[in-house]
Formats: sequence, structure tokens, C-alpha cells
Amino acid sequence: MIELTRIELTRRYEFPAAHVLSHPALSEEQNQATYGKCANPNGHGHNYAVEVTVTGPVDERTGRIVPPELLDRIFDERIRSRFSRRLLNDDEAFSDCVPTAENIALAIHAGLATEVASRSSAELVRVKVVETRRNSCISGVLA
Amino acid sequence: MVRITRALEFAASLRYARPDLSAEGNAELFGSRARHHGHNYRLEVTLRGEPDPLTGMVMDLKALQDLLDEEIMARFDHRDLNFDTSYFEKDPPTPENFARVIQGILRAALPEGMLDRIRLQQDSDLWVDVIEPAP
Repeated sequence: MIELTRIELTRRYEFPAAHVLSHPALSEEQNQATYGKCANPNGHGHNYAVEVTVTGPVDERTGRIVPPELLDRIFDERIRSRFSRRLLNDDEAFSDCVPTAENIALAIHAGLATEVASRSSAELVRVKVVETRRNSCISGVLA
Repeated sequence: MVRITRALEFAASLRYARPDLSAEGNAELFGSRARHHGHNYRLEVTLRGEPDPLTGMVMDLKALQDLLDEEIMARFDHRDLNFDTSYFEKDPPTPENFARVIQGILRAALPEGMLDRIRLQQDSDLWVDVIEPAP
């Protein structure tokens, strides 16, 4: 029983960023019809919150799945430096897709998974992007 | 099957320390967490089961609160996890270790198979979930 019990650690981060919901392959009218006021070509922004969840063995010596400081460093290097106080559309992850909450969650998941696996014994389980209090998106496995 | 969650909040002090290390060794391994500090913990306890056909409840909520008062609040609220409990004599009270201690206490105290998961939130930006295997 006990060895099948699952343990997960979640850390929450926040960063502010701007985005424009519009696809370069669509006309301005089509983007307007698809994304409404989110297609404003001058942009708008959110305080994004990102909940990063990892699982893995708890180290017997330190009592930790992963040192929170290491997770913070990985997040700062891989995500915050790319996205915080920037226009998300400028990032290469959104060169041919629209920075919706869905695509942001997928981009953050992809940006963290390999780093977490190679720099710790933990494994990334899911990423939740909270775009507003009324809008969030989860990428990964639900427990 | 349904899942029902009850939340409680308590305050406790702690420091990360291993008895096999000196004070300097603990400070080196655990940094500022080796110092005496404290948290407002939030604990969410999720039960699973079928609602009783008569009462409509998985477990009587008053009985659950009494159990949580006795098993969790009396043990940990306004206590020091290192000095006032016996759970962290060898292992540091990291949220991972503390959550697993709580999971063990509740698994033993609740009717078998009823505990689904707990979430132990130590800060607004850090929490640990311990999830029982699927039934």
C-alpha cells in the first residue's frame, strides 16, 4: 500500500507579461472574430501565476523531493527570464502559434520537463497556468 | 464514488535538523530552515466513498471534525514540531515528511479506504499532496 502512495510538491510562481491573441496566418478581421478584444494588436497583459507540480522519491537525508531553491532556479532560468515583463508573442514558442493559456501551459511544460529531470531526481507532473481568476489551464497528468 | 474535502488551519514552529549532524552541519545542509521558524499551515483532507443513503454523507461531518481536532489540531496546533512531537527526531519536518506523517495518522484513524488524499500547504506558494492509490 504505502509504496503506491503518491507524493507531489507544487510551487507557485507569478510573472507579469503582455500578449496579443492573433494568428499571423489570419487577417485582422478573422483574428478579431476569433479572439475578440484579446486580439487588440497593441496588446494587453496579465499577472500570470504558474503552479509547477513535481513528483519523485523523497530524499532520506534532506526530506525533500527537490530543493525548492533548485526548482526556483530552473524556473527563473528557463521561464521567468523568457516571459516575465515581455511580450509573449516575441518568444520563439509562439512564432507559429498563439499565446493562449493553453499554449503557454504547453510551452512552460516543455521548457521545464527536461531541466527538472536532468537536474534532480524529480519528474514534472503538470503545469497550471492561471491567467486570470476566471481562466486557467493545466498541462500534464491529473492526479 | 464522491470525494469530499474538509480544511483546517493551524500554526506551528519547527526547524530542520538531523541528529547525526552538528549545528553547523545542519545549517550547511538546510540553510535558514535550520533556524527556529514557523508556518500557518493549511491542511485539506479529502475522503472518498459513497454517500450514506440515509444521511447523504460519506462521513458525518461533526465526527470528522472531532477526529481532526483530536488527531491533528491537538497534536500540532500551536506546538513545536521538533520539541512537542516525536515524529521529527530523525527526519527534518519538511512539508514532504510532515505530509506523510499526517497521512499515516489519518489513514490509521479513519475507516479503512476512506482517505483519498491530503494537501498540506505551508505557504501560499508551496504545498504537498499525498495521494492514496486508486481504490
